[in-house]
Amino acid sequence: MESKYQLAVIGGGPAGMAAALKAREKGIEEIIVLERDEYLGGILPQCIHNGFGLEYFNKELTGPEYAERFIGDLKESEIEVQDETMVIEINDKKEITALSKDKGIMKIKAEAVFLAMGCRERTRENIKIPGDRLAGVLTAGTAQRYTNIEGFVPGKEVVILGSGDIGLIMARRMKLEGAEVKAVLELLPYSNGLIRNQVQCLADYDIPLKLNHTITRIEGKDRVERVKVAEVDDNLDPIPETEEWIGCDTVLLSVGLIPENELTKGMGIDLNPVTGGAEVNEMRETKVPGVFAGGNVLHVHDLVDWVTEEAEIAASGIADYLKNERVKKENSLNLKAGDNLNYVLPNKIEYKDHNRNFVKLFMRVKKPMEEVEVHFINKGKTILKYNKDFALPGEMLTLNLPEKIIDENMKNIKISIKKQDKEDLYEK
Amino acid sequence: MKLSKRKADIVVIGGGVIGTAIARELAHFKLDIILLEKEADLACGTSKANSGIIHAGYNASSDTIKGRMNVKANSQFDKICADLNVPFNRIGSVVVGFSENDLKKLKEIKANGEKQKIEGLEILGKNELRQKEENINPEAKYGLFAPTAGIISPYELAIAYGDNAVLNGAEVMLNTKVTDLIVENNSLKAVKTNKGVIETELVINAAGVFADKIAKMGRDEMKIKPRKGEYHLFDKEYGSLVDHVLFPIPTDRSKGILVTPTVHGNLLVGPNSQEIDNKNDLSTTREGMEEIMAGAKKLIPDLPQDGVITSFSGLRAVDESGDFIIGFSDSTEGLIHTAGIQSPGLSSTPAIADKVVELVKEYAKGNKDFELEYKKEFREKNPEYPHYNDYKDKKDKWEYYIKKDNDYAKVICRCETVTKGEIVDAIQRPVPAQTVDAIKRRTRAGSGRCQGGFCGPRVVEILAEELDISALEVTKRGGDSNILAARAKELILEKKAGERDGK
Repeated sequence: MESKYQLAVIGGGPAGMAAALKAREKGIEEIIVLERDEYLGGILPQCIHNGFGLEYFNKELTGPEYAERFIGDLKESEIEVQDETMVIEINDKKEITALSKDKGIMKIKAEAVFLAMGCRERTRENIKIPGDRLAGVLTAGTAQRYTNIEGFVPGKEVVILGSGDIGLIMARRMKLEGAEVKAVLELLPYSNGLIRNQVQCLADYDIPLKLNHTITRIEGKDRVERVKVAEVDDNLDPIPETEEWIGCDTVLLSVGLIPENELTKGMGIDLNPVTGGAEVNEMRETKVPGVFAGGNVLHVHDLVDWVTEEAEIAASGIADYLKNERVKKENSLNLKAGDNLNYVLPNKIEYKDHNRNFVKLFMRVKKPMEEVEVHFINKGKTILKYNKDFALPGEMLTLNLPEKIIDENMKNIKISIKKQDKEDLYEK
Repeated sequence: MKLSKRKADIVVIGGGVIGTAIARELAHFKLDIILLEKEADLACGTSKANSGIIHAGYNASSDTIKGRMNVKANSQFDKICADLNVPFNRIGSVVVGFSENDLKKLKEIKANGEKQKIEGLEILGKNELRQKEENINPEAKYGLFAPTAGIISPYELAIAYGDNAVLNGAEVMLNTKVTDLIVENNSLKAVKTNKGVIETELVINAAGVFADKIAKMGRDEMKIKPRKGEYHLFDKEYGSLVDHVLFPIPTDRSKGILVTPTVHGNLLVGPNSQEIDNKNDLSTTREGMEEIMAGAKKLIPDLPQDGVITSFSGLRAVDESGDFIIGFSDSTEGLIHTAGIQSPGLSSTPAIADKVVELVKEYAKGNKDFELEYKKEFREKNPEYPHYNDYKDKKDKWEYYIKKDNDYAKVICRCETVTKGEIVDAIQRPVPAQTVDAIKRRTRAGSGRCQGGFCGPRVVEILAEELDISALEVTKRGGDSNILAARAKELILEKKAGERDGK
């Protein structure tokens, strides 16, 4: 039998929870949240470190504390939550099939769907590190789950590849557990982690960060015994003369995250090769009307606070969609990434101003740069400019595009990051 | 550890596809059969890392044992796989040619195949080739189509043979390494293992790349050289890039780097061919990875570089004759070798097992004390261990299993949609899964795109629970391959205690 809902939320992590709550606040009654794990919160319950909530709650919280605020509200709201329920399939008619521990095979028909499946970690196999296939090679997130949820330490002598936030956090975590962290290696000339994590997780614990380094081979009999480490050249290729062995029993990988969009693709929604997520309008609606996406399934965030905010933006859009309160613009306005920008989200603005003063843009920088100007360019002219002290790939750039500068006829805005030109003033 | 002393009629050494198939066929008789496997699971050697192809049989000449065995075995797979619940799909193969010279070669291969009565061989022109394979290299001009070639899951075949052997009374001893063969008066008396001595009438050597080591224990000379082949496995997203097994023009040494869909819907490319010395070397190399990618791209140029979800190596067990060795020992009575089983070894499996049964019958004729009598009841079929993936399109039938046990509704591996019920089944099968890799081979949990990142901790938990051991004792594949090192806080407390004592 098929149950009907106004809104089905796929995933009970931070994005899914925030969207469900916001949609309820906006008057949507029939909501169901489908969660594959045994508990809500997504990856937050295993993130026992602090640093969450500074943007959204103006308060520093741990991951579980951040999650708990939403879990509590969700309980109070009496929104239906199905845990241990894995969505297997969604078609473009928004018919959902799921396997549920309590309910067996569930069929759900939803008027709107919010995709919030999060992301997965890239693996050793994805980045093709040659050598023996052994115990002791795992992603940093899996190691985090073992340590913080299951109560086991995965190794005693650790080398970490990748200085993204999870890698940095796990370096400190392993150290606190009494393991020896021999090095954190980073392929690029800079860390992609938040600056505060670089300081608080490595520098404060004397863990060496080796930039421009990678692992070229993993060896051992049953378990990792050593890794071969090399410096890389400008093309990121290992330099053979620099190779050296480091003894260790564990390799943790923090080499990137991939949005989990298998369900999205199943609906015929193409993914953007840069973000790994769907292309969306300002309401985070995909090309299938009524199907929205937000959080790490759309693009990988560094702060959960932005996930929450993005999900709330989507939920407001979902409410407007369900109430049929949207008015389409004559021309949709495309937002494009220009110089030193990997991407900008949303990809386009399709609907008329609806009690909004601005559209918040989420952007990812390509290379680190100091003292920059962010140019919003239309037809070759800068129509808006922000100054920033720095722009880093590891920290999402969020800027507002004020409604008042959007002209009804505008079709494209390109956003470019340039070095502040101090001479500029004098030349003109 | 107290070592036991026990008796058997036949000891099969090696739990690969050959050893398990032999044990299963011998289990038709009223015999005490023990199969010994040094690893923590069946199919840990060559049987787990090969192309998974059932060849049509046109490659090797009918003058060779391997040529005859391949042709004979090919038609047996439909029944065996149906009986044992092993995924097998006769999708056909195409050898791809680029030049007039290649065409000549394809015609030669076709003639060799027809000589052996292989049906349906057909030379394809450019258009026919493109009709069969739309993504093939536009420069490819010719093909040799063989409809009887198929794809199979080789490790699942070995495990299913093992299960069936056990269901029919054989015993499988895992983690049991043969340390010596006891021979008296040129006659085999017993097998020494790390777990004790087994007195036996007959020993079947099916030890793969280590068959020469076993032969030597039985006073025979043999030299098996390992030849390594590396593979890439691609995400299921790319499984439909090809519809048949695609080969390049073969060389004297190998069938070349192939591109094939797998029975589970992935895309597999490889192997290269590399002579090595170390029989335990299953490592992958940067050069090898690049070589197979380049080789595969000659057939399918649009192969996505970042679609690989895992890479692995396997060893071919090559005798210097280049052929299989199947027969009685030259020096020791009661010893039968099945050695040098390189490609098309998997494709020859049932024929090799049948041949060994013949040899055993021959042995019985000459030995009055060794009687062979068929069992009245032999279970041809394995019970079904259901997999959700096989019921994707008939979900109402899956409800039936959920109603029996709602563990079948609890998804543990999200990439491959594997439920807890399937994992518990794997642990309770006749040859039980006791390691994380063994679970993976039986259920596919952890073999998807996240490679066990998400389900790993859950699988460890289920293994610990079902086997009633601590999670600390759970291994990836036996030996010292423990997944976890210590309980949380244990290391730091030890360290602090150490520091205190130091002061």
